[in-house]
Amino acid sequence: MKIMPCPLNGPRNISEFVCQGEVEIEPDPATASDRDWADHLFMLDNEAGVVREWWYHVPTSYWFIAERNTVTDEIVRTYPTEELIERGGHPADFESKS
Amino acid sequence: MPFSLLKHGLFGRQVPRRIIPPAAPLKSTYDVVIIGAGAHGLAAAYYLAKDHGVTDVAVLDKGYLGGGNTGRNTAIIRANYLTPEGVRFYAEALELWRGLSNEFGFNILYSERGHLTLAHSDSAMRTMRWRAEVNKHLGVNSEVVFPDEIERMAPGIDISPNTRYPILGALHHPPGATARHDAVAWGYAAGACERGVELHMNTEVLDVLQSNGRVTGVETNRGRIRCRQALQAVAGSSSVVAAMAGFRLPIHTVPLQACVSLPLKPFLDPIIVSGSLHTYIWQTSRGELVIGGATDPYGLYASRSSLEFKEGLMANTLELFPFLSEVTVLRQWAGICDMTPDFSPVMGETPLENYYIDSGWGTWGFKATPVCGRRMAETLATGRVPEILRPFRLSRFAEFEQVGEKGAASVGH
Repeated sequence: MKIMPCPLNGPRNISEFVCQGEVEIEPDPATASDRDWADHLFMLDNEAGVVREWWYHVPTSYWFIAERNTVTDEIVRTYPTEELIERGGHPADFESKS
Repeated sequence: MPFSLLKHGLFGRQVPRRIIPPAAPLKSTYDVVIIGAGAHGLAAAYYLAKDHGVTDVAVLDKGYLGGGNTGRNTAIIRANYLTPEGVRFYAEALELWRGLSNEFGFNILYSERGHLTLAHSDSAMRTMRWRAEVNKHLGVNSEVVFPDEIERMAPGIDISPNTRYPILGALHHPPGATARHDAVAWGYAAGACERGVELHMNTEVLDVLQSNGRVTGVETNRGRIRCRQALQAVAGSSSVVAAMAGFRLPIHTVPLQACVSLPLKPFLDPIIVSGSLHTYIWQTSRGELVIGGATDPYGLYASRSSLEFKEGLMANTLELFPFLSEVTVLRQWAGICDMTPDFSPVMGETPLENYYIDSGWGTWGFKATPVCGRRMAETLATGRVPEILRPFRLSRFAEFEQVGEKGAASVGH
């Protein structure tokens, strides 16, 4: 059984969580071109290695950030969204390739 | 069945021959470099040589021949999709599949046994009717059948109305077939080598070299190779190789796990698929049941096995065939799938002028092998993407023209 260390609920079975995709910079919908918006919606980095993703704990509706290795299936680190905001402003502005 | 098999069966022993020659020394320049020696890449090389006379081709692979998803799928062939684009494409594959053993002179164990996609709800029944009509309109044989007929075709299946997901009907697709997946790679490889194509295994592409928006060659662990054109056919690692070429794909890499049971006496002719239960099951000519499930819940580049998968898949399998409860699993494995948001492949042109892609093969790649190979070969040889591939172009995402293939194996209804 794979365990996800949730920043709010502690270690829980990973089946309680949903992976919500890569953390990336969201373009401003008001000014982005159609092409940039499509790129934001559909294109993925999809890296083999350590990635930073949004994860969601379904029973408690809790969103957080997980860094995990997509080759070894190891979870490197999980932390609340606030940490991301402290480091880089609004999550939407956060530079995904730090 | 290839005619040679009949001949050797009637007139004595066949002397075994080496069908794939030892690798030639790696040259520094080729007309075409194909990255990935899976069935798709090999088929492209085969049709390039056979149909277009392009024989200065090198097929590179970091591993061994057909060692990726070609040998990891559940070997199901069908054309009963939902969208006209999808049906037309897979129907062409079906036509090619039928002739492959004879074309190769090599038995790929192609076996047409019918394919049943079960419907467990009214909305699924509606989708099956829709698929049947689209299929028939495009000349593909599919028909909606009801529980009495399903029980006749698949003895042992639980069609009682008192189950969690009662079977209300199914889409019956008589041309549904299976084939030995490794043999398909070998057949294409042998045919390509016979015509002058070179295979280079243990040759890992490390970088895609380019200048002025064109590919000039690839950097490998065995040195630099220059080329006029390149094709990437590396389903499972598509995003990684595309990143070397400098562009992103709408692909999420997710494992899909499958297993086979101990051999049983033959009892099951058709291939049984349940979208809602995320299960597909068929019996090989050796008697094993091949059982596959849905993709894993989160993305990975690892083919590890998980307990959740086995628990879930077994529960769903027993829902369909309760009498299998005492049967043990013999082997289990995973393949790494290129999942796209519209359950359709990404094929054809890329942002680089002479660099082509064959990717996004999610859970539907094996059955498409011959048509992909033939049409990608045509694309490389003529420099034009044929009409049948247009719907699957990479730029469809920027143009908001996705295909929406709800007939894919991993889609519930």
